[in-house]
Amino acid sequence: MLTSAILPRRVWLLIGYAVAAAALFSAPLYLSDFRLNLLAKCLAFAIVALGLDLLWGYTGILSLGHGVFFGLGAYAMAMHLKLVSSGSRLPDFMDWMGLTKLPWFWEPFKSFAFAALMGIIIPAVLALVLGFFTFRNRIRGVYFTILTQALVIITVTLFVGQQAYTGGTNGLTGYTKMFGYSLKSDTAKTMVYLVTVVALLLSFLLCRYLVKSRFGKVLRAIRDGENRTRFLGYDPSSYQMAAFAVSAGLAGLAGMLFVLHVGIVSPTMMAIVPSIEMVLLVAIGGRGTLIGAVIGAVIMTQAKSELSASYPDFWLFFLGALFIVVTVFLPGGIVGLIRQLRQKLTRRRNENDINLNSIVPESNGVV
Amino acid sequence: MKKGNLLKGFVLAMTASLALVGCGNNNNGAESSSSAPASEAASSAPASSAAAAGGETVKVGILHSLSGTMSISEVTVKNSELMAIKEINAKGGVLGKQIEAVVEDGASDWPTFAEKARKLLSEDKVATVFGGWTSSSRKAMLPVFEELNGLLWYPVQYEGLESSPNIFYTGATTNQQIIPSVDFLLEKGKKKVFLLGSDYVFPRTANKIIKAQLAANGGEAIAEEYTPLGHTDYTTIIAKIKEAKPDVVYNTLNGDSNVAFFKQLKDAGISSADLMTVSVSVAEEEVKGIGPEYLTGHLVAWDYYQTTDTPENKVFVENFKKEYGPDSVTSDPMEAGYVAVYLWAAAAEKAGSFEVDKVKEAAKGIEFNAPEGKVTIDGDNQHIYKTVRIGEIKADGQIVELWNSGGPVKPDPYLTTYEWAKGLSDQ
Repeated sequence: MLTSAILPRRVWLLIGYAVAAAALFSAPLYLSDFRLNLLAKCLAFAIVALGLDLLWGYTGILSLGHGVFFGLGAYAMAMHLKLVSSGSRLPDFMDWMGLTKLPWFWEPFKSFAFAALMGIIIPAVLALVLGFFTFRNRIRGVYFTILTQALVIITVTLFVGQQAYTGGTNGLTGYTKMFGYSLKSDTAKTMVYLVTVVALLLSFLLCRYLVKSRFGKVLRAIRDGENRTRFLGYDPSSYQMAAFAVSAGLAGLAGMLFVLHVGIVSPTMMAIVPSIEMVLLVAIGGRGTLIGAVIGAVIMTQAKSELSASYPDFWLFFLGALFIVVTVFLPGGIVGLIRQLRQKLTRRRNENDINLNSIVPESNGVV
Repeated sequence: MKKGNLLKGFVLAMTASLALVGCGNNNNGAESSSSAPASEAASSAPASSAAAAGGETVKVGILHSLSGTMSISEVTVKNSELMAIKEINAKGGVLGKQIEAVVEDGASDWPTFAEKARKLLSEDKVATVFGGWTSSSRKAMLPVFEELNGLLWYPVQYEGLESSPNIFYTGATTNQQIIPSVDFLLEKGKKKVFLLGSDYVFPRTANKIIKAQLAANGGEAIAEEYTPLGHTDYTTIIAKIKEAKPDVVYNTLNGDSNVAFFKQLKDAGISSADLMTVSVSVAEEEVKGIGPEYLTGHLVAWDYYQTTDTPENKVFVENFKKEYGPDSVTSDPMEAGYVAVYLWAAAAEKAGSFEVDKVKEAAKGIEFNAPEGKVTIDGDNQHIYKTVRIGEIKADGQIVELWNSGGPVKPDPYLTTYEWAKGLSDQ
């Protein structure tokens, strides 16, 4: 009874994943340019959500500063694109700000490989450093979250203030080329989209692997009882740092992809509101379930764009209402809702069978 | 208890999502029904997004921040643009077609502006877009309009040094606002200037120009201070102003910061009689927000005031109050947005088409009797000739003109006609 109930579910899940992957890969065939672009943006956000879920859902660390990691990745890619598009000239904003020479730290970004690498490494290293000073000192919970908010404010102020080097409030925009190809062509757009799908799949598999491994078990142990884990002989802080760094690296990766799709990065992308929105993606999808993070990201990003198009004056109210409904009534998010429904169904079925004993409680699966 | 909650939650969520989906569908339905002939038309005449307007209406986009920090300013521009559309529709529309406005929210977020611009051009296939306020939002939209060969009408004064083939600039460029105002100050013998601005591209560029102009004309910028957008503590700056004893403070602060600055200036016991300030981002709407009592006697530079004395402006102000309430005020960017709609309509009529390239060609040299007086599109740089006006803020919140340029000034975004600006316009 038990196995026969689980097996079809696995098969169903596999089929579901396969269909979803096929739908994503074939999207360029049936979506318009604009829709494809929008979907690509959603998928980029899904990657951040995965990383956040690893940190929040599995390790119990709430970061309200992921906009920074996302933004650092985005800036790394944007710097490369800006340099390539400017050709031999200085980027336009440096001209306006009176610079005559390319700043030294911009130089290596002429290389795509360097930029792509830095887009992941810089956020990850920043997270490691921040993690080192916080987790080592057993700063956690709300205090850690407040620190991440401080990080947001510092970074945004820095980027706005150092206009000559970062483009200030305007951010970086106006890219035209990549690898010598025009970014405007349909082929380039399709390629960039497919790269995003592959990146999402790889990120998903990476997170899945981490979660299923011993590493993931320790993360959950830390979430559920940090001291107990410490007494068992594990060092929670190094695990937390690792989770934080992976999560930040994924956010950086997402940022790089985001720039390719949207064509602009500005400090507003790193600010407090986007950082909180990223957490909401996870909350709405269902934290502690990787697929929930992806579902939340896709649904919310689409809803945001659809609602704001349909109700330009009121869309924020709808969005706000949705957040309230989900946090108050659906603590497990969308995936949690589905689980509860399924549980109810099985329970009812089992009640009919008068076979109550065979149910394995699945109660804590959601959190 | 828990079950009850669950059930309730589920029902609520379902109804909420149903409602949302339902609304979305309704709207989509309406959209797709109106754009169905559009896509057919587009496929038969691919190159023109304008030919897509197969039915009785032509779609135009309106893209301003309706939420976020910039909404306080941008909503009013959206309103005046919608009013212009309504007026034109009442007179029979453009080329026999009624204008249908597709309103989008840029949300004070530059990437959103880029995304929405792309949506308007490629999904809605609008003939043109009216939108933007901050230079950042314009710079975010520019690549999209150039890529998809769209047409953007940008209604706000800005820092110049730009001329995109896909943008028409109906606000003032620097030689239609900032440079004449500095000349005005120099003429009055105000030579020691304190530059104060928000930290972003417009104030930085404006101050660069002002410094060059002052240096060439015997004036001096004795200090240059920037504060982040949204900054609200000006006590340090005011202390610095007191110490520097400038003849005038040239204020390029934007948004909320103006409220804090002028209130704290008054609290510090400094009135307009003690210290002259000239602002370039404070118009009637902002005066209303800050409170006229803090601003009485201070100067501003624009191309239009609610008090501007033309027959067209009387009608404009009257209609605006009728549409949006007797307390509403009109301001320069609102007027520029209103004018933009009329200029586009006139260009489309002249071109006999909504096609972007034809409209652009036809727009060259088009004249229009605007509320601010006669304006003309300069074919070379797609800016418009505008009359410059220096005004003084009165206790009732209105602005009274002290000086004007006597006639429309030719736009010169790259400052090519100024000897001292050589080094600036090279870039």
